[in-house]
Amino acid sequence: MVNVDLVILLAIQVLYAIASLALISVGLAIIFGMMRVINLAHGEFLMLGGYAAIVATSYGVNIWISMLVVAPVVVGIIGIIVERTIIRFLYGRMIDTMLATWGLSLFLVGLTTAIFGNTTVGISAPLGSFQIGAYRTSGYTLFVIAVAVVVMFGIFVVLRGTRLGLIARGTMQNANMAAALGVNPPRVYAVTFGIGAALSGLAGAVLAPVSGVFPTIGVAYVAKSFITVIGGGAAILSGTVSASTLFGTINQLATFATTPVFGEVALLAAAIVLIRLLPQGITGRFFRRGL
Amino acid sequence: MKVDRRRFLQGTAAAAAAGAFSSPAWAADDPIGVASVHDLSGGLDIYGKPMVDALTLAVEEANAAGGLLGRQIKLINYDTQSNMQLYTQFAQQAALKDKVAVVHGGITSASREVIRPVLDRFKTLYFYNTQYEGGVCDRNQFDTGVTPAQTVEKLVPYAMKKWGKKVYVIAADYNYGQITSQWVKKYVTENGGEVPSIDFFPLDVTNFGPTISKIQAAKPDFVWSALVGGAHISFYRQWAAAGMRKSIPMASTTFAVGNEHIVLSPDECNGMLICYNYFQDLKNPVNAAFVAAFQKRFGADYPNITELAMGTYQGFRLWAEAVKKAGSVDRLKVIEALETGISIDAPSGKVTIDPPTHHCVLDVHIAEVNDKKLKVLEDFAQQKPADTAAVCDLIKNPTDNQQYVIKI
Repeated sequence: MVNVDLVILLAIQVLYAIASLALISVGLAIIFGMMRVINLAHGEFLMLGGYAAIVATSYGVNIWISMLVVAPVVVGIIGIIVERTIIRFLYGRMIDTMLATWGLSLFLVGLTTAIFGNTTVGISAPLGSFQIGAYRTSGYTLFVIAVAVVVMFGIFVVLRGTRLGLIARGTMQNANMAAALGVNPPRVYAVTFGIGAALSGLAGAVLAPVSGVFPTIGVAYVAKSFITVIGGGAAILSGTVSASTLFGTINQLATFATTPVFGEVALLAAAIVLIRLLPQGITGRFFRRGL
Repeated sequence: MKVDRRRFLQGTAAAAAAGAFSSPAWAADDPIGVASVHDLSGGLDIYGKPMVDALTLAVEEANAAGGLLGRQIKLINYDTQSNMQLYTQFAQQAALKDKVAVVHGGITSASREVIRPVLDRFKTLYFYNTQYEGGVCDRNQFDTGVTPAQTVEKLVPYAMKKWGKKVYVIAADYNYGQITSQWVKKYVTENGGEVPSIDFFPLDVTNFGPTISKIQAAKPDFVWSALVGGAHISFYRQWAAAGMRKSIPMASTTFAVGNEHIVLSPDECNGMLICYNYFQDLKNPVNAAFVAAFQKRFGADYPNITELAMGTYQGFRLWAEAVKKAGSVDRLKVIEALETGISIDAPSGKVTIDPPTHHCVLDVHIAEVNDKKLKVLEDFAQQKPADTAAVCDLIKNPTDNQQYVIKI
């Protein structure tokens, strides 16, 4: 007999997995997709977002404001500083940027450890829980899904509908041509990097009440977000969404059917098969005209 | 062989250097080296820091009382940074370079199994002071922490009587969690209950959503947690956020050992049942004096003196007692002194070495998490390490050297 309540609960869990994968990957996808910069400090941007939200909340800022405003602003500013002081000297030198951002990642882990100590901090998830038949789940789960939907929709609107999005897409396709047409690519890069960092900060803050924050939590995120971005391929939005959907569903259903260990194994196995079949990622074959 | 001037000088220089490096280790008035090998950073530092604080206090107290055998004690601290490779490296350094009399350390069972063969090989006495899954049988090692026959055996029937017979077990995915969960299953079955599932989680897992759904689908009467480390704290958060804390209660063999009950809000963990050897609120004069001394040394706002901190403190005290009895820090003499069944009046009550197993006979208590405090509910005096005793007799087989694993 199929248990309807359990199916609904599972569906919410799957949506949540997709949403959290999309959230943690989208900042990286923007930075990688637009600028071909492999940002190995991506996990630390997420971690900083979590700390920003928790510190702001502990100083009495409303939890929603600290998660949705303070964290992205703080991490966005850090991102712009990083771009201006480190990344901009290294465009086109992929190995060097990897090395530099890896160093940055170690530095940020060390710095946060020195400031906050190497212990797990956290805030309780707001919104309580709700009932689905005989089951209960956290209302916060729905909030994370909603944030992911809003972020994806926002990126779509900006890229498709605004002049900023047009310039960004143009610079991404051909920076020299864009420069010849009067665009200032360094500025576009700085803003793009800042936005990517801000979205990572937002993701880190939104997930902080779920997983807690400690200086090395970035490690738990960074591998998954890279797999999602590589699996998704070149298109930022459709790539992130399609890869998150695929990997999130496989991961969550396998976890439910077996254990979290096999859930992770299933995700990685799916990623290997996918990259073998579609070396350019999902959007290298499908949704090629997507954003 | 012709000895020219150069060769002579080389030879004497080498001999002098060797003398300079080796002789202090044997000089009678030099300090006795005690190594501490604990994680002071990384995901396991929630356990390691209080352990090192307790060891520091124990050493300072011993030195203030005139040291051991008229010699001062020098504590050498190694931070293993939650990294297994560093355990091998630092255990070797402690044994070969520092030539310490004893090593106190190891937190996870995985790290213990890394250190143990190293210290066996280099003949350096080893104290493992963490509550663990039991079964280690090694003449070179003493275990001052509680094992499942002392805690799980008490807590399982208590929780089953209170809540019901169906127990869902979640555990950390390494030897500690795997073996401990088998003990939980054994005691649940013996008490007429059932374990529908045991789920294991690597130490870096933070998303417990599907597991929480799975637990709800299994409808247990309560959940047993043997989760370990900073990342796993998110289980308790997500469990409470899903509104489960009020409908399905929880018991644990690991909760509060890393002060999780202080990190989490009362709303996320009130009502959880635990069972250990030591709680800061134990009422006895030795403990009152200890807590006062501890807070004088580390501040009155010290969050909580943990089970593992007390294990480490008691481990050092037992070793010191044996050194006094043996009149020497020689490894075999100290082991023989410990094997007479040495006993101390510790803050947790009387603690006695059980000679055949090298484990301890000690008091245990069941407690409940209540508004960031641990409220003691029931006491069990002088519990023997029956699990290890069933398989291990180091008096009969002094060369036995292995960890026995429970078979179900």
